[in-house]
Amino acid sequence: MTTEIKIRGVKKTFAAFPALNGIDLDIAGGELIALLGPSGSGKTTLLRAIAGLETVTDGQIFFGDIDATRLTVQQRRVGFVFQHYALFKHMTVLDNIAFGLRVRTPRSDEGEIRQRVLQLLDLVQLSGLEKRFPAQLSGGQKQRVALARALAIEPRVLLLDEPFGALDARVRKDLRRWLRALHDKTGVTTVFVTHDQEEALELADRVVVMNRGRVEQAGTTDEVYEHPATPFVFDFLGDINILRGEVSGRSLRLGGTQITLETDGIRPSGPVDVYVRPHDLRLMDSGGLEARVDTVQRSGATILITARLLQGGEIVYAEVSHLHPIASKSKNGDVLHLQPARYEFFARETHEAVKTLQDVVPNAVPEHRERSR
Amino acid sequence: MSAAKDHSLLDPIQVPAEFRGGPLIRKNAAITEPAWLRALLIGGALSFLSLFLLLPLLSVFTEALRKGFGVYFSALREPDALSAIELTLTATAIAVPLNLAFGVSAAWAIAKFEFRGKQFLITLIDLPFSVSPVVSGLIYVLIFGAQGWAGPWMSEHEFKVIFAIPGIVLATIFVTFPFIARELIPLMQEQGTDDEMAALTLGASGWQTFWRVTLPNIKWGLLYGVLLCNARAMGEFGAVSVVSGHIRGHTNTLPLHIEILYNEYQFAAAFAVASILAGLALVTLGLKTFLEWRHGDELAASRRH
Repeated sequence: MTTEIKIRGVKKTFAAFPALNGIDLDIAGGELIALLGPSGSGKTTLLRAIAGLETVTDGQIFFGDIDATRLTVQQRRVGFVFQHYALFKHMTVLDNIAFGLRVRTPRSDEGEIRQRVLQLLDLVQLSGLEKRFPAQLSGGQKQRVALARALAIEPRVLLLDEPFGALDARVRKDLRRWLRALHDKTGVTTVFVTHDQEEALELADRVVVMNRGRVEQAGTTDEVYEHPATPFVFDFLGDINILRGEVSGRSLRLGGTQITLETDGIRPSGPVDVYVRPHDLRLMDSGGLEARVDTVQRSGATILITARLLQGGEIVYAEVSHLHPIASKSKNGDVLHLQPARYEFFARETHEAVKTLQDVVPNAVPEHRERSR
Repeated sequence: MSAAKDHSLLDPIQVPAEFRGGPLIRKNAAITEPAWLRALLIGGALSFLSLFLLLPLLSVFTEALRKGFGVYFSALREPDALSAIELTLTATAIAVPLNLAFGVSAAWAIAKFEFRGKQFLITLIDLPFSVSPVVSGLIYVLIFGAQGWAGPWMSEHEFKVIFAIPGIVLATIFVTFPFIARELIPLMQEQGTDDEMAALTLGASGWQTFWRVTLPNIKWGLLYGVLLCNARAMGEFGAVSVVSGHIRGHTNTLPLHIEILYNEYQFAAAFAVASILAGLALVTLGLKTFLEWRHGDELAASRRH
C-alpha cells in the first residue's frame, strides 16, 4: 500500500504550551487509524493540523508526494467530521450533503448533484430522509449525515474528531461496527481521534497512542495491547497492577519469587516496576506470588479479587473466570498463588503516570484545554 | 449488521403524548406555587406594568386627540413636523445600515477569531451604553464644532457637521452602535466556529462561508438587533439635541420637535407628534413579538432585552 500521509517533525505551540512536540507518523492509503490519548495529549490538534484547520509551528505534512504544509483547508480536500457534527441547521439533509459539491463546482448540474447525494444517503443507510432538517434527526443519524457530507467531496482522507463522543453507549457500539463496515466498503483512508481505548482497539487497524504532544507508540492493535512500548501505553490501554521488582542479570525477583527472563538481550540490572494486567494473573495451586485475599467480588462472568502480597504488602487485583475452581471457592483471608502470565517491566526512573494537561500546565488557557481534548 | 434491526439509529426521538402540550412544570402541582400566591404575583406585576407603562402610552394618544382629529392632523401636516419626520427617517435610514455593517463585522471578529485587544474592542462597543448620550453629543461638538479640533478646517472647506444633518447622523450612529453587535456576539459565541470550519473543509471560500453558513445562522438575531437599533435611532434625544442646534424645519428630529412644541404650550400638537413616535415604537414592538413567537428558540440564546 502506498503511503498516503507523511507527518514529519510536526510541532504546534499554543502560547507557551507545546500541544504537539515533534510528531512523525506515516499513514498508508486505505488504513483506518486511531489517535488515542488522554485530554491534552494533542490528538485533536494533530487531526486539525492534518486537515489544515490549524497551522503548524514547525515540521511538514505530505499528502502523497505533495507538501501540504502550506496548503489551505480548501486545497487539502479532506473530509472532516466534527465531534458535534456541525451540520448546517438551516439546510435539509440533501442540501447539507450537497454543500461541498455546490461550492466546489459552481454552476454544476443539480440533477447530477441530487443523484450523488441520494447515492451517499443510500451508502450511510439513510435513504428517504433527504428532506429532513438536522433538528429532526437522532444523534446517530446526524453523525451519518455528517459522514456522508464529508464523503461527498471524495476526500483524500477522512478525519473524525471523537466520532462517538456525543452518543449514548448503545448507539455508540452499533455505530462503531457500522463505521468499520463502511470503511471496508469505501476504502477511504480514515483517521479518528478517541480517548476510549476500547473504541480504538475495536475499530482501528492501527493505533497511535499519544501523550503530551508525542507519539508514545504506533502499531497494530495487537502490538500496542500485547507489547506496550512504554509504561504510559500499558497504563492507558487497560487496568494494571504495578509491582516492585528487581532485575539482576537474567532473573527478575518479584515478591519473594524468582523468574528467569526469556529475553536474550541484556537488561540493565536494578529496581524495576513490573506491569501486570489483572486478567493476566493466573491462579495456581502453588508457587507464584503469595497473596492474602481482601475482597472477592463478582461482576458477571468474572470474579474480581483484591489481595495483598504477603511479601511487600502491595495490593494486587486479579480478574478470573467464574469457572475457575479456586476462584469460585475463594474467600477473605485465603492465601492465593498468583502467577503473572504476561507482564512487562520498566526501569523505575522512567516510570511516568498518566498525566493530563491540567497536571502539566496548571494555568493553561481554557481554550487550549478545549482544543487539545 | 442489518439495517432493519437498527432502530436506535433510524427512529427520531419520541416525546410521550402527555408532554407535548408544553412545559412539564405547568402540569406538576407538586412544584408550583399555590393559586393565591400566583394570583398575587401576576396581579402585582400586571398592575405595576399598566400603571407605569400602559397608562402613559394611553395618555399620549388621548392627549393627542383631546382637541379632535382636526387639530391632530393639522399638527402632523405642518411643514416643520413633516421636515422633522423626514429628518428622523433619513438619520435612521443612514445609521441603521451602517450599524448593521459595523455590528456584524465587530461581532464576527469577536466571536470567531482570537486576537490581541479583543477585550478592549468589547469594552469599546459597550461605551455608548455607559456614556450619557449628552456627553457623546458634546464629544462631537468638541471635535467638529467651530471651536473644536477640526472646526477651522471644516469651515475652510464649507463643510458643516455640527448644527447640520451629518452631526445628527453621527450622533445617532454613536448612540445606537452597541445594539446589533451586542445582540450578535453572545449568539455567535454560542454557535462557535464548527459550522464555519465544516464549510471550509468542504471547500467553501470565506465569503461563501459567510453568506451560506454564518448569515443564515444569525439572521433572526440580526433582524432583532436591527429592530432595536431602529427603535433607538428614531427615538434618540440627548446626543442629537446637543449637535442639532434646534433649527426648525432643518435640524429638528421628531423627539426635538416634540420638546419644542411642548415648551411652547402646544400640548395637543406635541402629543400628536409624540403619537407618531409611539406608533413607530408599537410597530417595532409588534414585529419583535412576532419574531419571538416565530423563532423563539433561535433568539433565546441572545434574548436579554
